[in-house]
Amino acid sequence: MDILLLLIPLSLVLVGVIAWIMLWAARSGQFDDLEGPAHSIVMDDDSPPKTDDRPPP
Amino acid sequence: MSDSPGLMDAPSFSGCFHCGLPVPEGAQYPIQFEQQARQACCRGCQAVAQTIIDSGQGAYYTHRTALPATPQQAETELAQLGLYDLPEIQESFVRVEQENIREAALILENIVCAACIWLNERHIAGLPGVLSVEINYATRRARVRWDNSRIQLSAILKAVSDIGYIAHPFDPGRSDDVFKRERNTAIKRLAIAGLGMMQVMMYALPTYTATDMTDDVRLLMSWASLILTIPVVVYSAWPFFLGAWRDLKRRMLGMDVPVALGIGTAFLASVYATFSGPDAGEVYYDSVTMFVFLLLAGRFLEMNARRRAGAAVEELVKLIPAATTRLPNWPARDEEQVPVARLAVGDHVLVRPGETLPADGVVVDGDSAVSEAMLTGESLPVSKTLHDQVVGGSLNQASPLVVQVEKLGADTRLASIVRLLDRAQSEKPLIGQLADRAAAWFVGLLLVITTAVGLVWYAIDPSKVLWIVVSILVVTCPCALGLATPAALTTATGRLTRMGLLTTRGHALETLARATDLVFDKTGTLTHGQLSVRRVVPLEGRGEHEVSALAAALEAGSEHPIAKALRTGVAQPPSADQVRNTPGRGVEGVIAGRTYRIGTPAFAARSEQPPAPPQQDGGMSWVALADDTGLIAWFALADTPRADAAASLQALQQMGLRLHLLSGDGEAAVQNTARQLGIADWHAGALPEDKLAYVTSLQQQGRIVAMVGDGINDAPVLAGAQVSIAMGEGADVAQAAADMVMLGGRLATLADGVALARKTQKIIRQNLGWALGYNVIAIPAAALGYVTPWIAGIGMSSSSLLVVLNALRLSDFKSSSHEAAADAQPAYAPGR
Repeated sequence: MDILLLLIPLSLVLVGVIAWIMLWAARSGQFDDLEGPAHSIVMDDDSPPKTDDRPPP
Repeated sequence: MSDSPGLMDAPSFSGCFHCGLPVPEGAQYPIQFEQQARQACCRGCQAVAQTIIDSGQGAYYTHRTALPATPQQAETELAQLGLYDLPEIQESFVRVEQENIREAALILENIVCAACIWLNERHIAGLPGVLSVEINYATRRARVRWDNSRIQLSAILKAVSDIGYIAHPFDPGRSDDVFKRERNTAIKRLAIAGLGMMQVMMYALPTYTATDMTDDVRLLMSWASLILTIPVVVYSAWPFFLGAWRDLKRRMLGMDVPVALGIGTAFLASVYATFSGPDAGEVYYDSVTMFVFLLLAGRFLEMNARRRAGAAVEELVKLIPAATTRLPNWPARDEEQVPVARLAVGDHVLVRPGETLPADGVVVDGDSAVSEAMLTGESLPVSKTLHDQVVGGSLNQASPLVVQVEKLGADTRLASIVRLLDRAQSEKPLIGQLADRAAAWFVGLLLVITTAVGLVWYAIDPSKVLWIVVSILVVTCPCALGLATPAALTTATGRLTRMGLLTTRGHALETLARATDLVFDKTGTLTHGQLSVRRVVPLEGRGEHEVSALAAALEAGSEHPIAKALRTGVAQPPSADQVRNTPGRGVEGVIAGRTYRIGTPAFAARSEQPPAPPQQDGGMSWVALADDTGLIAWFALADTPRADAAASLQALQQMGLRLHLLSGDGEAAVQNTARQLGIADWHAGALPEDKLAYVTSLQQQGRIVAMVGDGINDAPVLAGAQVSIAMGEGADVAQAAADMVMLGGRLATLADGVALARKTQKIIRQNLGWALGYNVIAIPAAALGYVTPWIAGIGMSSSSLLVVLNALRLSDFKSSSHEAAADAQPAYAPGR
């Protein structure tokens, strides 16, 4: 049971950290668009501009 | 097709490589994509596709899930882009951060799928001088920051139109920012309450279940819970305390009073228990936090439902373009680009096809088709020609129009529609007021009961008093009672607006649901209201042209459908002086020194025994023209019923509504229409007073009357009926007096409106019934001490959430008559 004396304060600190993260996320607009990111994750932009393999005009 | 082998590889997008439209025969607009030649339908598409591929964003074509619009529209706006660099235009939508750093809110048009967002973000972000760009998929709104010393806004807008989209400034001064701030605060409060609730529950559960817990651990857990509950009560629950304080200051008992009282008492009692040791009583932190969280969640859901209803308003506001082409020396054709804000009444503007009309006005040159879909829900374009009225916000589709501006800004029809919607949403409907009053009584009663129960328990067992009192306050749920009505009404109003029935008054839905009788005006309501002159019978040796010109002159200033019909086809009517309009009867005026009267035979001939029209057959209305000596001409006018009138009226009759037809027109015409549409109760030759008297007599028999009409002569009767519905095309006076406006002129929406109103009423009753029934069971149980605070918290929160979810069912309401139309619309919205 004594471990609880450590774990409970620790959980409080954790909640504090999570709350701070949540507030930061809300402030910086992470919740502004709840739809778009779900789509943008499948669109990868790792294909570089194909400037050199394009046939010359 | 034979010369485009590349198309075989993209079976889903046959036709133009970019926009998917058929490629015209002989068109040669090749595009190189992945070493293959593809065909485009026009130079615009070719340029757009080439720009996209050349900038290395060809992946767009492999990822897109819907086809874009043809870029023609974008080209017409190109000429205006330079205007957006002017500081006075930028003032309204650009924020200056530092010397050269600017930020603008833009609306992107033609966004059809997520690939479009990706493409635009990449493209804009790639421009030198652009610092950041964010596009919101849900609202299609972009926020761009740039360095003004390196790039101009017009260059950014041009870059967007290069890839086939249209970006135009969005004025964020309106509700958007306010809503965003509110939503953000709500999310923060919700997050704090949610975290607090979860963690407090974590501490609470062992104390309920564990048997071997030592007192010091129990105490530690209460202290931890207390620390977590403080921010929940002080920050998250702040709106409830604020609301309760406001109610008390106004000497009223609102929903927030018992909520605040419950939260406050439970919290303070728990604090007392925590401080005075393990035997002083139980702690209720878990109930408090959960109570706050679920209440906030309910409010958050409600806020979003309200927002969905409000979205209709915002769509309308952004219809007016920022700049337009003015013809300063009309009829000379020299053009200049000016911001719409600088237009004045009387200016002439040139509206090219694909452009949006900047203001209300009258066509002075040109012949075109104009789409008013955004304003009315009517999908077919309306043909506009010389002297026709056009409405700001509608889209010119066919050919250029020169329009003389008549109304600007706040005076336009668009602005008045927006105002009406705003009013409806800010007004509390009758049933809402009733629920509020009932809730106030309920709260008062609750406080009395609580005190009484507290006193009784004080006599039985003083140690339990506080906890039972808190239990009653927590378990009862006046918030479900308070949410029951507004949640249902906002959802229904939003749904109706999307169907083309605009609610302008809070009580409209409720009364429409209870309506027993529907009274229709004929002209312009059941019929198109576009009367045409079928026959002219000149008397006394007058010429047909002469009498037509006289009639047109008298009716020059009137909005009445008969006046419009008489004006058509007369190019240069003489001018009439001292024109006096007698609603329902006719018009009198002086032309070239002689007095003429036009209108009903009795009015024109100024006699009690009116002369009979030359021919009495069905469907025609006869209008008489007279001078001082007597009748000089007859005009026969006819009108056709709306296409959906018969079916809609039948649907309404099947709903058990009694239908009436009141018209100022002649007996034959009214009878004819009534027979065609199957209305048994009809009255012809009714003056505005007669119509009002008829409606009043129905009301005296205990009927609830809904009046559907348009036109100035309907204004008194619209105001007299319990609920009034005006046709959106009618005169604006009628709309101001009406509780609802049928924007598309489709009678079918009326049947849907009645069905939805009834369903709303049913849901409100279910909600109220649930809220009351719940309390009837919960209060005695709590008073007898059977309800633990834990159960009380769950019970009250789930009862309010249930109410909101029940109300949200209304947003799925399927319109019986519009299912086909709704299915025909492009179903591009992914994630639905």
